[in-house]
Amino acid sequence: MAQTIDSTRDIRKIITASSVGTLIEWYDFYIFASLSTQIANHFFPKGNPTAATLSTLATFAAGFVVRPFGALVFGRLGDLIGRKYTFLLTLVIMGGSTFAIGLIPDYARIGVAAPLLILLLRLLQGLALGGEYGGAATYVAEHSPDHRRGFFTSWIQATATVGLLLSLGITLVTRHFLDADTARSIEKFDDWGWRIPFLISIFLVAISIYIRLKMQESPLFQQLKSEGRLSVNPLKESFGHKTNLKMVLLALFGATMGQGVVFYTGQFYAQTFMEKTCLLDFDQSKTTLLLAIIFASPFFVIFAGWSDRVGRKWIMMAGMLLAVLTYPYLFKQLLVISDARTRTEYAEQKEIKTSVSFVSPKSKDMIRTSTTLSHFDGGLVVAETRKDTAYADGHPTVKPVVTVSRTLGTGDYWKIVLILFVMVIYVTMVYGPIAAFLVELFPTRIRYTSMSLPYHIGNGIFGGMTPFIGLLLTTIYTGDKLVGLWYPVIVTGVCLVIGVLYIPNKKNITSL
Amino acid sequence: MNLLKKALGFVWIALGPLILIYLIKTGVAEIAKKPGIDAKIQWGVFIVIFIPIAVGIVLFGYYALKGEYDK
Repeated sequence: MAQTIDSTRDIRKIITASSVGTLIEWYDFYIFASLSTQIANHFFPKGNPTAATLSTLATFAAGFVVRPFGALVFGRLGDLIGRKYTFLLTLVIMGGSTFAIGLIPDYARIGVAAPLLILLLRLLQGLALGGEYGGAATYVAEHSPDHRRGFFTSWIQATATVGLLLSLGITLVTRHFLDADTARSIEKFDDWGWRIPFLISIFLVAISIYIRLKMQESPLFQQLKSEGRLSVNPLKESFGHKTNLKMVLLALFGATMGQGVVFYTGQFYAQTFMEKTCLLDFDQSKTTLLLAIIFASPFFVIFAGWSDRVGRKWIMMAGMLLAVLTYPYLFKQLLVISDARTRTEYAEQKEIKTSVSFVSPKSKDMIRTSTTLSHFDGGLVVAETRKDTAYADGHPTVKPVVTVSRTLGTGDYWKIVLILFVMVIYVTMVYGPIAAFLVELFPTRIRYTSMSLPYHIGNGIFGGMTPFIGLLLTTIYTGDKLVGLWYPVIVTGVCLVIGVLYIPNKKNITSL
Repeated sequence: MNLLKKALGFVWIALGPLILIYLIKTGVAEIAKKPGIDAKIQWGVFIVIFIPIAVGIVLFGYYALKGEYDK
């Protein structure tokens, strides 16, 4: 097929228009996860079993079930009516849902309707995300010259991580700039400020829709359409015919399954591990990841560009191999760095801060807070906070709630950044070239459908479940803090074996 | 290499039912330990979504065994 690009300027415009929209979709999807604590407090109160059930459904259904379903719905649409209008539609659905989440009144105001609406909007978000990625990757790939397809599609690949960066950044900035006093700012953020990241999404989406409306349909799709060779039933052609189905299965078990798990282990399980197992301070766990992502993101383009010369396969497989071999060591280092037991405590610097405040302006019950700050060598500070309630009517206080938070010294902080950087480098190796790899595996007439499903099963199900399964394993096998790594190591290991043996490495990339 | 690819087909075919058996066994034990609705939803979702994946890996193994991925 003929080269599809008129000039470098054109492809830059196409990449910008596609990437901005995809970036915003990822931002919208991640912001829900970044603000899960605030959402839980406002919409899913702990005492209410219905709300708790809806919360579990929102977490599991949107992340796991709906994304592959969105891939089927919008993939089919993209192969029938075109890439441009389909991924414009997903952007509108995603942006509208995100904005609406920021407007829903609390559970305290409208009762169970609040968590129900949140669940519905979260499902719409998952559905839209399932349709967006395949469209953007296909659209850019179908505009790219054959010998630079990896390089050009890598910009779409980078948006997933940059979207996470944006969601973390906006959350942190909003949390700290609502008031000159940090404690009051965090209080305001937890009360109403968390809605801001959801609401500003509408401006980002409006800009992206404006840009995307000006885009032309993919030239390869247009050509098929003018020749009357479009697929009549993309789902049947993709999954009902052995020739294509075997490639869908190979893409899933030999590439996206491991890629999804490496993606989520390095960027999400690492975050959960730092907060729940290492008990690292909230801001430090976010900013270390933020810095690692900033430093590692250029490697999406570097590895994908390199894959144009050496083939996609071995770069992705090397990323998986490194992940399997080094995850136990890297995660153990996170534990060692944040462990106070191996350090010398400066007993003379121990501080105890106590405060008392009313539960609410109308209540006479008091909350007593006592924080003990212990200082260790290397600048590590461990804060143990105990909170209990003193009831005005004299009935006994319940067991105090104890929370522990560790703040690292500068040297250790940068060691954590380095470890996370290495893990995000693995992400760039497996994720950078994968769009080009998937696009080249399937024919134009069913490309959107065929590549979207393995991508979203690999990322939404295998990858998305990594933090949950990791945490779950630590609750089943309580003796080993690193037991949560068995899931990523085994899944990535199996994918590596399948990928190495069954995927052919195409050095000389053929036309789409 | 083709022989190895075919032979490993048996492994992939066996992996599908093994994953499901492990998930169902662990799920039942965990629900018995914590019989709340959350555990039921969580394990229910895990098992339901892994059924088509298990079928997929069995089918992949079958294709490998039949030499569909041979060079």
